[in-house]
Amino acid sequence: MRPESMKIFDDLRGQNMVVLENAKQSGRKVVGMYCAYCPQELVLAAGAIPVSLCGTRDEPIADAEKVLPRNLCPLIKSSFGFAITGKCPYFYFSDFIVGETTCDGKKKMFELLKQYKPTHIMHLPQGADRPGALSWWKEELSLLKERLEEELGVTISDDNLREAVKLANSEQRAVKELHELNKLDPAPLSGLDLLTATFMKGFNVNKFEGIALVNRLIDEVKEVIERGGSPFRAGTPRILLTGCPVGIGSEKVIRLLEEGGGSVVCFESCSGYKILAMLTDEDERRDPLEAIAERSLKIPCSCMTPNEGRLGLLGRMIREYRVDGVVDLTWQACHTYNIEAELVRGYVRDNFDIPCLHLETDYSNSDLQQLKTRVTAFIELLDKRWT
Amino acid sequence: MGIDVGSITSKAVLLNGSAWQSVLRPTGYSPRQAGREVFDELLDKAGLARADIGYIIATGYGRTTLDFADKAMTEITCHAKGAHHLVPGADMVIDIGGQDSKVIFTDRQGNVADFSMNDKCAAGTGRFLQVMAAAMGADVSELAELARGEEPVQISNMCTVFAESEVISLLAEGVGRGRIIAGIHRSVAKRVTAMAERIGKGELIAFTGGVSKNEGVREYLARELGREIVVAPESQLAGALGAALLAREKLLNAKVLHEKK
Ligand code: SF4
Ligand code: SF4
Repeated sequence: MRPESMKIFDDLRGQNMVVLENAKQSGRKVVGMYCAYCPQELVLAAGAIPVSLCGTRDEPIADAEKVLPRNLCPLIKSSFGFAITGKCPYFYFSDFIVGETTCDGKKKMFELLKQYKPTHIMHLPQGADRPGALSWWKEELSLLKERLEEELGVTISDDNLREAVKLANSEQRAVKELHELNKLDPAPLSGLDLLTATFMKGFNVNKFEGIALVNRLIDEVKEVIERGGSPFRAGTPRILLTGCPVGIGSEKVIRLLEEGGGSVVCFESCSGYKILAMLTDEDERRDPLEAIAERSLKIPCSCMTPNEGRLGLLGRMIREYRVDGVVDLTWQACHTYNIEAELVRGYVRDNFDIPCLHLETDYSNSDLQQLKTRVTAFIELLDKRWT
Repeated sequence: MGIDVGSITSKAVLLNGSAWQSVLRPTGYSPRQAGREVFDELLDKAGLARADIGYIIATGYGRTTLDFADKAMTEITCHAKGAHHLVPGADMVIDIGGQDSKVIFTDRQGNVADFSMNDKCAAGTGRFLQVMAAAMGADVSELAELARGEEPVQISNMCTVFAESEVISLLAEGVGRGRIIAGIHRSVAKRVTAMAERIGKGELIAFTGGVSKNEGVREYLARELGREIVVAPESQLAGALGAALLAREKLLNAKVLHEKK
């Protein structure tokens, strides 16, 4: 049985839009972000509303292709298409945009975006392991802070920052607790529901309400567990999803995996553990900016070199969630994740005796039939129950 | 019984003890109808009725359209099973069909260990050969014959559309048909080899699917992979046979379970 509060999550995007419009009218500022490296704590500390603008739908891609090259990852095209067509109310309401130098496609796309909204591009280090990386990144955070103060006409104090860190941490704790309920076998939440619930945090205008809603869902799922309920039969193959970010609109592979008889129990990707694995240090004696920089620099994204943290995280999740197989989903033309797929495959093969499937696709439905065959064959390979 | 509704041909295999019977016919426009037809034809041939068949597994791209089947399974699982029966001990199966090509690694018992498949483009599939054959005014079935003993020319485009115009300009330059076809065979083999080597190297390779009948592709494939490959005479039936074998496993297991109770 599906938890009742999932219905609220289903409608959240639309409802939040109304709330956002009201907030705007009462003078609140909105800051649009695209990536996990963007420190939402700074935006919160500035009293503004952080929203996620990462494009996860196919619709605006055709318009984006009038400007951008076609052989670009769908996430970049979708994000850009939403921005230039005015089809995304969240972009429309944004007063200020924060981008960062992650992959080449994205960082150059932000240069074009500047024509549409005031945009600030943060410069990320290329890796986290160099001696100067942290101080560089911290310097970038203070630049962003200055820019935010200027654009939004506010001053951000250390206390504002500390408070924002606490808020962001409590959101993260809640989402992580929800995610961890799926360690149970069979999983109490379908992968699709888990994604819906975690994805929505990018659209919450009021963080406190958002957290309360996640907690309500947690309570409900716990009740479901107590009654021994699950959308899956015992023995359903448990799958870990890793790779490029996935959201509502680009969830086709998760859908296929679950329709094909699998259970996506956890996400390593950006809507999941990549950003949930560690909290920001709340120690009052520390410089909050440094604590924020420290945590975000540890995000194991393929844009970094080396990116061994991702493999370590994968290993931990494979064990903790006792998964039967790994699916590495990468978007077409995403060089960093597509190349790293080779490392992921090798790591899973050498350290765990479980199969790994790498899929490369886009947001369209043109390859649905092909994907279905692959995904179903993978489930058949994992599922030893059928005979 | 196993029924494999492929994009070009549909096949059905009926197992009876260690003997098996089969039928094969073009799929045409309706996979549903083609599946039904091979099924009826095979029943006829065997002198049986639906009720006499213990379990039916459908596979191939039309697998989900057959409502009379007990279960649908992917061609990947079925091919691994079928190829193992045709070429015992094979640890790698290369299947090149009309729409797609796939490389399957098995545990030598006919179970899939890993696989890879071409993406949505037609390069390295039977479709690629078909388009090229048409561009040269030949039939796919004559390709191997026409290219025999010819020195292959270099075909640099993998994409079907570009390769087609490349072929046309080669013809215009006066390059012999045989050499071009040999080049096309080698290009398909290279493409599939690249796909295979991504997941590993096999020791005993079984080659199945419609294209396995083409000895030109077969030779280049063996050369590119640096290994011998085995094509069983019935290799086109591997999918349907695998489905039939899986159906039998299912029946046997059900029986064991029943007896345990
Ligand atoms: S995958 Fe990397 S670049 Fe993309 S949103 Fe996540 S952290 Fe940012
Ligand atoms: S999916 Fe890959 S190419 Fe696309 S924005 Fe993210 S890192 Fe860049």
